Amino acid sequence: MQQTPLNAKHRELNAKLTDFAGWEMPIHYGSQIEEHHAVRREAGMFDVSHMLVVDLRGEAVRPFLRRLLANDVAKLTTTGRALYSCMLHEGGGVIDDLIVYFLREAWFRLVVNAGCADKDLAWLETQRDAHAPGLQIVPRRDLAMIAVQGPKAGEKLWAAMPGTRDLTEPLKPFSAVTVGDMFIARTGYTGEDGFEVMLPGRAAPYFWQALLEAGVKPCGLGARDTLRLEAGMNLFGQDMDERTTPFESGLAWTVDLKDPTRDFIGRDALLRLPRTRQLVGLLLLDKGVLRAHQKVHTAHGEGEITSGGYAPTLDASIALARVPAAVVVGDEVGVEVRDKRLRARVVKYPFVRNGKPLV
Amino acid sequence: MNIPTDLKYTKTHEWVRQEADGTVSVGITHHAQDLLGDMVFVENPTVGRQLAQNEECAVVESVKAASDVYAPVAGEVVAVNDAVESAPESLNKDPYGSWMFRLRPSNPADLEGLLDAAGYQALVESETH
Repeated sequence: MQQTPLNAKHRELNAKLTDFAGWEMPIHYGSQIEEHHAVRREAGMFDVSHMLVVDLRGEAVRPFLRRLLANDVAKLTTTGRALYSCMLHEGGGVIDDLIVYFLREAWFRLVVNAGCADKDLAWLETQRDAHAPGLQIVPRRDLAMIAVQGPKAGEKLWAAMPGTRDLTEPLKPFSAVTVGDMFIARTGYTGEDGFEVMLPGRAAPYFWQALLEAGVKPCGLGARDTLRLEAGMNLFGQDMDERTTPFESGLAWTVDLKDPTRDFIGRDALLRLPRTRQLVGLLLLDKGVLRAHQKVHTAHGEGEITSGGYAPTLDASIALARVPAAVVVGDEVGVEVRDKRLRARVVKYPFVRNGKPLV
Repeated sequence: MNIPTDLKYTKTHEWVRQEADGTVSVGITHHAQDLLGDMVFVENPTVGRQLAQNEECAVVESVKAASDVYAPVAGEVVAVNDAVESAPESLNKDPYGSWMFRLRPSNPADLEGLLDAAGYQALVESETH
C-alpha cells in the first residue's frame, strides 16, 4: 500500500487505518461521529494527499480543457478561480470528477480522485497526443494535501499559520491563492466553509502538527463520507461512474452547453441519450440504515441507492438513489433492507449545509 | 484488549453471561464494536421467539456496516434491552454492560461448547495477526 507523508502522524494519533484505492488511509481516530460533529461545529482536518494534483502547462491548455471537460473553463478568467467538472468519455459516461484551477493562461491545475489517477493520466496523455502535442502533463506526487473544514476552519488556520491570513481571508468559495510554497483553496467536500491546502510533502507533517496544536480535530475518511453525503456531494464510483451520465447523476449543473461551438468529449451522447433516470435524495421514515445498492421501489419502477448511511447531523438515515425520471420530491418509496421493505421520502438535497439541516 | 474472565464467548464475537435465574444475557464484545465503529442502529429479536443455536437473531449497524448477531445457544428470548435500541452508542461505550437480549437455554449443553476468555483471546489474536 502507498503511504502519504502524514502516515506517521496518523499512527501517532492511533488512527484506524484502511486500504483506500491502494493507499493506507485513516478511517477514523477513535469516533467517526465525533469527527463528523467537529467539522459541523468547529473545525476538522483530513489528509487527502492520496488525491492527485496534475499540472497542465502549455499555450494550448485552455482549448484542450474546453474539449476535455463537460464544464467550460472559459468561465475561468481570474488567477486562482476554480471549477468543478466531470471528465466524460465519448459515450457520455463519467471517467472522473475533478476540480480545475486557473493559474495563468499557460498553466491550469487539476485535482483528481486517487482511485482514478492512473486512468485519468492515461486518458489525458491519449487526448494530448491526438490534439495538443505540445502540452505538458505533470503529476504532482511531490505535493501533499490537507483539507481544513468547518465554521472555525479559517480562525484555526490563521492561528496555526498567521502569515496566510492576509491572502486567504478574502478568498471566495472556489478560489485559491499561492502563499509561498503552499497553494490554498477555499474548497472542500463537507458542505462547510474551509480550505484545501496543497504543499510540499516534506512540509506536510509540520503543517498538520501546527493545525493540531491550534485545536483542529483530525478526521478520517469515514467522517469525510458522512459529511459529503449530508452535503449532497457525489462520490465517484458510487453515485456516478463510466456507465452513468452527469444528467443521471444530479450533475446537470456542471454540464455547460451554452457555447454551441464547444464540441467537448461526450457532448453528442449527452444530447442524444434519453434521460430516463435521475439521482434523488431519500430520507428514511422507518428505523434502520440505508446503504448503497439497496433496491428502491417507486410508483414508476425500480431504482437503487448509490450512497446511503447514517447522517449524524440529522440523527436519521439518508441516501442518494438513482430512480426513474418520473419520481418527484415528496413521493414515498420503499427500500429493501434485508428482509424488510422500509419507507423513505424523496427529498431535495443537500440535506445539510453550513451546519444547518435542510430536510 | 478487554475480555472479562467471568463471561463466555462465541466465534462470532458475542459474549454470554449466565444469570442467577438460569437465563443468559447476550451482547457483542469489545473487539466486535471496535471493528465495526460507532453504532447507530440495533434491532433485537422479539420476546418469545424460539432460537436455534447460531441462528441470526439480531442486527447491529455501525456507521460502516450492518452486522448480524447470532444466538450463542438455543432457547427462548425472554427479554430485550430497549436501552441499547434507543442508544446504540452504549455498545461502544460499555460493551459488557450493554446486554442486547436474554435467552432461556433449551439445551444447557450448548453452554459447554462456548469459548472461555482465554479461548476468545486466542481467536481474536488469530484473526488480527
